[in-house]
Amino acid sequence: MTIRHISAAVFAAAGLSATMPVAAQADELVLYCSVQEEWCRAMSEAFQRETGINVLMTRRSSGETYAQIAAEREQPRGDVWWGGTGDPHLQAAQEGLTAEYRSPMLDQMQDWSVRQAETSGYRTVGIYAGGLGFGYNSDLVTENPPACWADLLDPRFEDDVQVANPNSSGTSYTMLATMVQLMGEDEAFQYLAQLHNNISQYTQSGSAPIRAAATGETAIGIVFMHDAVAQTVQGAPIVAVAPCEGTGYEVGSMSIIEGGPNPEAARAFYDWALTPAAQEIGATANSFQIPSNINSATPEAAPRLEEITLIDYDFALYGSSEERTRLLQRWDAEIGSLPQ
Amino acid sequence: MARISLTSDRAGAAWLGLLALSLTALPWYKGAGLLAGPAASALAEALSGRGWFWPLIAAALALGAVALTRGWQVSRLALGLTLAAAFLYVWQGFAVGLRGPSSDWVGGVFARAAEGQTGLGWGGFLAGVALVGLLSDLVAARGFCRGERFASFCITAIVALLTTFVFFPILKLGLAAFVDTEGNLALATFWARLSAPDLWGVACFTGGGRCGVVVNTVVLGVLSATLATALGLALALLVNRTDFRMKRALRAISILPIITPPFVVGVAIILLFGRTGLVTGFVADLMEVRPTRWVYGLPGILIAQVLAFAPVTFLVLLSTLEAINPTLEEASRTLGARAMTTFRTVTWPLLRPGLAAAFLLAFIESLADFGNPIVLGGGYEVLSVKIFFAVVGARYDLGNAATLAMILLALTLIAFWLQMRWMGKKSYVTVTGKSDAGLAAPLPPILKIGVLAVVLPWVLFTLAVYIIIAVGGFVTDVGRWDLTPTLGHLSTAFRFEFAETGLELYGSAWDSMITTLWVAGIAAPLTTLVGILTAWLVARQDFAGRRAFEFGTMLSFAIPGTVVGVSYVAAFNVPPVDITGTAAILIICFIFRNMPVGMRAGLAALAQIDKSMEEASQTMGAGGGTTLRRVVLPLIRPAVFTALVYSFVTAMTAVSAVIFLVSARHNMATAYIMGRVEAGEYALAIAYSAVLMIVMILCVVVIQFLVGTRKLGRRQELQGRTAAEPAE
Repeated sequence: MTIRHISAAVFAAAGLSATMPVAAQADELVLYCSVQEEWCRAMSEAFQRETGINVLMTRRSSGETYAQIAAEREQPRGDVWWGGTGDPHLQAAQEGLTAEYRSPMLDQMQDWSVRQAETSGYRTVGIYAGGLGFGYNSDLVTENPPACWADLLDPRFEDDVQVANPNSSGTSYTMLATMVQLMGEDEAFQYLAQLHNNISQYTQSGSAPIRAAATGETAIGIVFMHDAVAQTVQGAPIVAVAPCEGTGYEVGSMSIIEGGPNPEAARAFYDWALTPAAQEIGATANSFQIPSNINSATPEAAPRLEEITLIDYDFALYGSSEERTRLLQRWDAEIGSLPQ
Repeated sequence: MARISLTSDRAGAAWLGLLALSLTALPWYKGAGLLAGPAASALAEALSGRGWFWPLIAAALALGAVALTRGWQVSRLALGLTLAAAFLYVWQGFAVGLRGPSSDWVGGVFARAAEGQTGLGWGGFLAGVALVGLLSDLVAARGFCRGERFASFCITAIVALLTTFVFFPILKLGLAAFVDTEGNLALATFWARLSAPDLWGVACFTGGGRCGVVVNTVVLGVLSATLATALGLALALLVNRTDFRMKRALRAISILPIITPPFVVGVAIILLFGRTGLVTGFVADLMEVRPTRWVYGLPGILIAQVLAFAPVTFLVLLSTLEAINPTLEEASRTLGARAMTTFRTVTWPLLRPGLAAAFLLAFIESLADFGNPIVLGGGYEVLSVKIFFAVVGARYDLGNAATLAMILLALTLIAFWLQMRWMGKKSYVTVTGKSDAGLAAPLPPILKIGVLAVVLPWVLFTLAVYIIIAVGGFVTDVGRWDLTPTLGHLSTAFRFEFAETGLELYGSAWDSMITTLWVAGIAAPLTTLVGILTAWLVARQDFAGRRAFEFGTMLSFAIPGTVVGVSYVAAFNVPPVDITGTAAILIICFIFRNMPVGMRAGLAALAQIDKSMEEASQTMGAGGGTTLRRVVLPLIRPAVFTALVYSFVTAMTAVSAVIFLVSARHNMATAYIMGRVEAGEYALAIAYSAVLMIVMILCVVVIQFLVGTRKLGRRQELQGRTAAEPAE
C-alpha cells in the first residue's frame, strides 16, 4: 500500500466521474413517469418504436418526482414529466419548474384537460381523469355493502378502513379536498375525525389501501376508482364504489420540464402522448383511467365519469400551494394527532 | 531529519509538477477527454478572459519559485502559499456558478463570468489532488504525523474527501433548517420545528395517546439494537465456541438477511403475520379469536430489524471472538476457575469493545432504517420515514427535513458518546505477537443451552421468511396464496433472447441489475480501502485533531440516507462538483455512507492487536505503508472481509439515499423493487429479490476466496475438531 496505490484508486474513482456522459446525447428523451410502472414501460417502448428516440424512463410517485424536479432546478436532467395527480403538476407550474407549451393537439382534448392547461398557463395538460371512490373486499364484506361516504362510519368497519396520509399521497389529498368541497370545511373535518375510529392505518402510497383490501389485510380502501377496478380485473375480490353523495376526481397531467436537455424530443413526446393511439396503451397495461383525447376509446372496464355524481372540483384553489399547506396543517392538528 | 527532507524533496516536486500539468495542459472543465490538449486548460481559459483563474495560477507560479530554494518544504512561505492556492482553488469554483457570478463584484471584475461555468473536469480534479498531496507533504515535513508522509497523505486526502462529500452537502442542507420557505434566516421557524409536540410526546407510556416520533425512534432503536446484539452474540458464540454441528449452515443462514433486498422481508413478514397471514390465521383458528393487524407498528418493524441487523452484529462479534487470545482463557482454567467464571471474568470483558461496536452499529442502522418502517410501520412513525415524506411528500419542506435530520444526528452522537464511556480506558489488547498457542475455551454448558434457545427459534423463523421469498417469486400470486407455479414474473424481469444480432435483453430488470452490479463492484473495494485506512489512522497514528477526525468519519453514517440523497442532489447538481445523474455519485454516496462500518470493524480488530509488531516492522526500516500492508492487514483480515462484504451488499441493497440519486440512465435494483412493492407487484419484487440474492451469494463467496482467513497460532484447528478433544 503506497501513495501510488492510493492515488491510483482515487484517480480511478474520479476518472469515472469525469468520463461518465452527463449531458444527454442526441435522439434521447429522459422521461419522468408517475403512473404504474407497467403503463410507463409500455409508453416508453411504444414511443421508442414509433420515433426511434431512445427513452430513458424513471418511475416515481408524483410527490417524489416533484421533489426531484425542484432539487434539479439549477440544471434539469429530465425532459418530460408524464402522469400523476394534477396538484403537484400545478404546483410545479406555479413555481416555474415546467415550461409553457401549446400543443397542436389541444383542440382534441376534453374540457377538463384544457381547463387544467389554462389553470397552469399552458405549463401542463390533462392526460387522463379518474373519480375518487372506494373499494371493498367482497369476501370480507358479504352483506349490506357500503355505498356512501356516510356508510364508512359504520362501527362494523372498525379498524377495517384504510386511506393514505394526505401529506404523502395525492390521492388522499384529493379526498381531503373533496370532503371540504362536498360538506364544508368544518363538517369535513368532523367527518374525518369520526372516520378515524375505523381507520386501521394511514398508508404512505395512495393506492396501497386497495392492495391491502385485495389481499384481505383490510376490508375497505379509499382510492381512485380506476385503481380499485385494476384489482378487480386482476382477479381480486374487489368491488369499486362511487359514493352516493358525490365525489371528486383527479386530472392526471403531463408537463415539459423547463430547461430540460432535449426540448425537441420532449415536444415530440408531448404531442404523441396526446394522440388516441398513445392514450389507448393504458388499457393494455391494466390502467383504467379515462383518456383526455376526445377520440380515444375509453377502456371498457373504466368507471365512467358521467355515471358518477361529480362535484365541481376547484383545481385552481386546491392545487395552490397556500391552500394545500393550510389544509394539511389542519389535518395534522385535528386528525393526524388523534390516538390510533 | 535529513532522510525525510531528501525523500520528500522528490515527492513535493512531483506534486508541484502535477499541479502545473493540470493547470496548463489538461482540460479544466468537464465534458472533454483527458487528452483534449492545453487549449481547454485553466491557463488558456484565463488568457481568453476567464480571469478568475489568475489568482490560482499566480499562487502556483509563486510556489514553483519557492521550490527552487533549498529546504523549501519546511519554510512557512511554501505552506502559506499552498494554503492560499487551495483557498483560491475552492474560490474559483464557487465564485462563478452555472448561470453567472455568485456575487456582484465578481461579475464586475470579470466580464465573462456572466456566461457562467460548468463543473470541474480532468484538470480541475487533478489540480485538487495535487494540492492535497502537496499540502500533506509540507505538513509532514514540518512534523505532522511525526514526519510520516504516507500517513500524512492519507489523513489529508480523507479529510478533503470527507469535506467534499460529507460536510459540504450536509452543511448545505443544514442551512436549510434555519431558513424559511423564502430563503430568509428564520430562527423562530427553526425553534417551532424543533419543539413540535409530535416530536417529543410521551403519551404512549402513560396510556393516553401516541408518542412523539423522536421517542418512537429511540424506543425502536434501543430495543432493536439490544435484541440484535444479543442474537448476534448468541450466534457468534455458537459458531466460535461450541461443537455445534451445523455451523456452516448457521453461518449461511445468518448471511441471508444481510444480502436480502429491503422491502422483501417486510413483505414476507406481512404474508406470515399479517391479518390474512399464515401464522396469524393458524393462531386465530386455534384460539378462536378474530385475526388482528398486530404486526403493523412496533412489533413488525422490530422483527424485521432484528432479522436484518443480527448478521451485522454477528460478523462484528465473531471477529472480536476470533481475535481473543486463548492463552488468557487457558490460564484462567489452569488456575482453577470454572467455565462460567472464566467466561464471566475473562471472555466477557474482552468482548466489550465488540459488543459496544455491534450495539452502536445496530442502533444507528435502526435509526436510519427506511425500508422496514415504510412497509410495516402502520401508525408507528419514525424519524427516517417522516424525513422522507417531508422531502418527497405532497408538502415538500426541506427545512423540516433538515431539522429532523439534526435530531437524528444528535441521537447518534449521544449513542457514540455512551459507547465511549462504557468502554472506558481499559486495555483490550490480547494478540501481542508473543506466545499465542492454545485453544479457545468452549462455552459453559448452561450458556450453550441458553444460546441454542435463542438461536433455534430464530433459525426456524428465518427459514420460514426465506421459503416465502424462494417460493413467492415463482407462483401466480403469493399475496392471495394462489400457489400455481409460474415463471411469468421471472420472465417479466429477466427475459432474454438469442437473436441474429447476438444476445438481446428484453426483461424490465436488466438495466437496473447491470448498473447495480457495476456500482457495488466498484464501490466495495474503495469503501473498504477508505474504511480500513481510516481505522488504522485513528488507532495507530498520533496526530492533532484525531478525535475530530474519527467523529467526522462517523457523521456520514449517522445521517439518514434519505437526507444524504437529497443533500447530494442539492450540492452536486451544480458546479464545481457536478455529478448528479452519473454512476459516480452513486459510488461516492456508498463509499462515504458505508466506510464507517469498515472503520468500526477495523478499530475493533486493531484494538486487540498490540502495537509492538508494527513498531518492530518500523524499527527494521519499513515505512507506514509497507507496515500496513505486510503486518496490519494480514492480522485484521476478518475486519477486511466484514468491510468488503458489508459495503458490497449494502451497495446492492441500500435504498433510502439511492432513491434520489438514481437516474433514468443509472437505475438501481432496490429503487426498481421499491417501485414494484409500491405497485403491489409483490411476486415480481420477490422474484427479482431472489435473483439478486443468488447473485450476491456468488459474489460473497468470491470475496471470501479473495480475502482468505487470518491464521493465528493453532486456533483454526478448533474449526475441524470438537472442542472437547485435546488438540494435540
